[in-house]
Amino acid sequence: MKQLLVLGAGTAGTMVVNKLRPLLDADEWKITIVDQHETHYYQPGFLFIPFGMYSKNDVVKPKRDFIPPGVELIMSPVEVIEPEHNRVRLVKEGRYLNYDFLVIATGARTHPEQTPGLQEHEWNRSIYDFYTIEGALALARHLRTWQGGRLVVNVVENPIKCPVAPLEFLMLADWFFHEQGIRDRVELIYATPLSGAFTKPIASKHLGDILVQKGIQVEPEFLVMEVDPDAKKLVSYDEREVGYDLLVTVPLNMGDELIARSGLGDELNYVPVNKHTFLSPKYANIFALGDAAGVPTSKAGSVAHFAVDCFAENFERYIDGLEMLPTFDGHANCFIESGFGKGLLIDFNYEVEPLPGRYPLPGVGPFTLLQESEMNHWGKMMFRWMYWNILLKGQPLPLPARMSMSGKWRQ
Amino acid sequence: MATRTIAGKTVQVNDEGFMTNAAEWTREMAPELAQGEGIAELTPAHWKVIDFCRESASNLDGKSPTLRQITTGTGISTKELFALFPKGPAKKVAKISGLGKPEGCV
Ligand SMILES: Cc1cc2nc3c(=O)[nH]c(=O)nc-3n(C[C@H](O)[C@H](O)[C@H](O)COP(=O)(O)OP(=O)(O)OC[C@H]3O[C@@H](n4cnc5c(N)ncnc54)[C@H](O)[C@@H]3O)c2cc1C
Repeated sequence: MKQLLVLGAGTAGTMVVNKLRPLLDADEWKITIVDQHETHYYQPGFLFIPFGMYSKNDVVKPKRDFIPPGVELIMSPVEVIEPEHNRVRLVKEGRYLNYDFLVIATGARTHPEQTPGLQEHEWNRSIYDFYTIEGALALARHLRTWQGGRLVVNVVENPIKCPVAPLEFLMLADWFFHEQGIRDRVELIYATPLSGAFTKPIASKHLGDILVQKGIQVEPEFLVMEVDPDAKKLVSYDEREVGYDLLVTVPLNMGDELIARSGLGDELNYVPVNKHTFLSPKYANIFALGDAAGVPTSKAGSVAHFAVDCFAENFERYIDGLEMLPTFDGHANCFIESGFGKGLLIDFNYEVEPLPGRYPLPGVGPFTLLQESEMNHWGKMMFRWMYWNILLKGQPLPLPARMSMSGKWRQ
Repeated sequence: MATRTIAGKTVQVNDEGFMTNAAEWTREMAPELAQGEGIAELTPAHWKVIDFCRESASNLDGKSPTLRQITTGTGISTKELFALFPKGPAKKVAKISGLGKPEGCV
C-alpha cells in the first residue's frame, strides 16, 4: 500500500483528501489526514462576527463531518516532519507515521506576541483582533456598547490571510456605526504598511476612492514598531504616532512552528514550493498547499480551492511517472464586503492584477469586478453555504480554476 | 522608459527612479544613488545590507528582498535598518542596489 499523508484538516487539507480519494485506487493508496483540533472554523465568517451579523454557530462545524469514507483522520498535533526519513512524528504517544507522499496544509495564524505592547494588559480591553474566533467574539461584545471615538485598524506586516479583510472590516464598521446612529462620533483610520489601500495599483485606486467616499482615512507605509497600551498609540519605525481609542490589529501572520522545527520553512515559516505545482524544490515527495505554501499569491480559501483543483490533476500525473504541468496560475477571487448591503469582487492571478469587468460570464456577470453591487454582497453571503456544502467536499464548482481575461477591461 | 546617468554611465530607470536592469548596476553607482535618497555616506553597515540585497535578488529571479528577509538574512534589526535607510528601508536599499521596487505583497 502506498501512503499519502496530509497534515492539517483545514480548508486546503480537507479539499485535498476529498478530491484525491475518488482519484486514487483504494486498494493501492491509503490516505491519512492529521489535525490537532476537532473544530473546523469558517474563517471568512470571522469578519461578520464583530458586527453581530454572524454568531459562533455560523462558523463552526466538526472536522470529521467533512472527511470522506476511506480516509483516516488522526487527531494530534504534529511534532516534526523528518523529510530524510519520509516520516512524521505526532505529539500523541510519540507515534510515527510514514509516507510516500506528504501534503503540508497547516495554514497560517496570527502572532500578536511579536509586537511589543499588543497582547498585554489592554488586550481585549482596548485592543482586539478579528482573525481568531476568540478575538472576533470579544470584539463583538465590545462594539455592542461602544460609544464612539477613534477606531484604528492596523496591519502589522504582510502577507496576511485574506489581504482585503481589513478593508472590509473598515467598510462594515462605517455601515455598522451608521446603523447605530453614532457614525458622526467615530473616526475610522487604516494604518497599513502598504503605500495605499491594496497591493496592486488599479484595485488600490478603486478601493482608495471608495474609502475616501466613506470617510475612512489611510495612514500609508506605516510599519508599527510598538504599541503603547497606556497612552493608546501606535508608534512606527519611522517615529510616526497614531493614537486610538479602539485598536483592531491584524497581527503578524506566520506559518506553523512545525515548519520551522522541521527545517522546511522560510523567514515566516512558509514552505517554499514551486508556484505552479506546489512541489518542494528540495524533496520530490513533499507538497505544500493553502496558506502554508510560500507562493506569491493571496492566502485565501478561494486560492486554496483553485490550487487544489490543479494539484489533484497534477498529482495523478505525477504518480504515473509523468512530469507535472505548470497549471496553477496564482488565480485568486475574492468578494469584498463594502457595507450597506453591497460588495465588490476581485479576480486576478500571478500576472494580471485585479481589473474592472464582469464575472464569471463576460459582459453578463452576474458579479461586477471592482465595482460595488448588491449582487456581490449576495455572492459573499452565499459563499458560506458553498464553502460547507460544495468546496470542502471537493465537489465541482462551475468556475474554471485558471483565470480568464475575457470580461475584464483595462482603462 | 527613461534613462539616467549615474557615476558616468547611462542606465535605464522607471518613472519612480528604480533601475530596470539590475545588470547595469555597478558598486560605483551606489554612493550617488544613496545621495539621491538623502544618505550622505555609505558605511560598512550600509554595504552589508546592499551586498545582501544584491545577492538575495540573484537567488530570487531578480526580485528585491522584503524587509523581513533583510533582517533575517543580515541579522540587522528593523530599527537599525530604519536608522541606516530612514523612512522606507526596503525601498531605499532596492533603489541604491539597482534593483526593482520591492513588490510588497499580494
Ligand atoms: C478574518 C478572515 C477572513 C477571511 N476571508 C476570506 C474570504 O473572504 N475569502 C477567502 O477565500 N478566504 C478568506 N480567508 C482566508 C481563508 O480562511 C484561508 O486562506 C484558508 O482557510 C486557508 O486554508 P488552509 O487549509 O491553508 O489553512 P487552515 O484552514 O487554517 O487549516 C490549517 C489546519 O492545520 C492545522 N494545524 C496547524 N498546525 C498543526 C500542527 N502542528 N499539527 C496538527 N495540525 C496542525 C490547524 O489546526 C488547522 O485545522 C479569511 C481568513 C480570515 C482569518
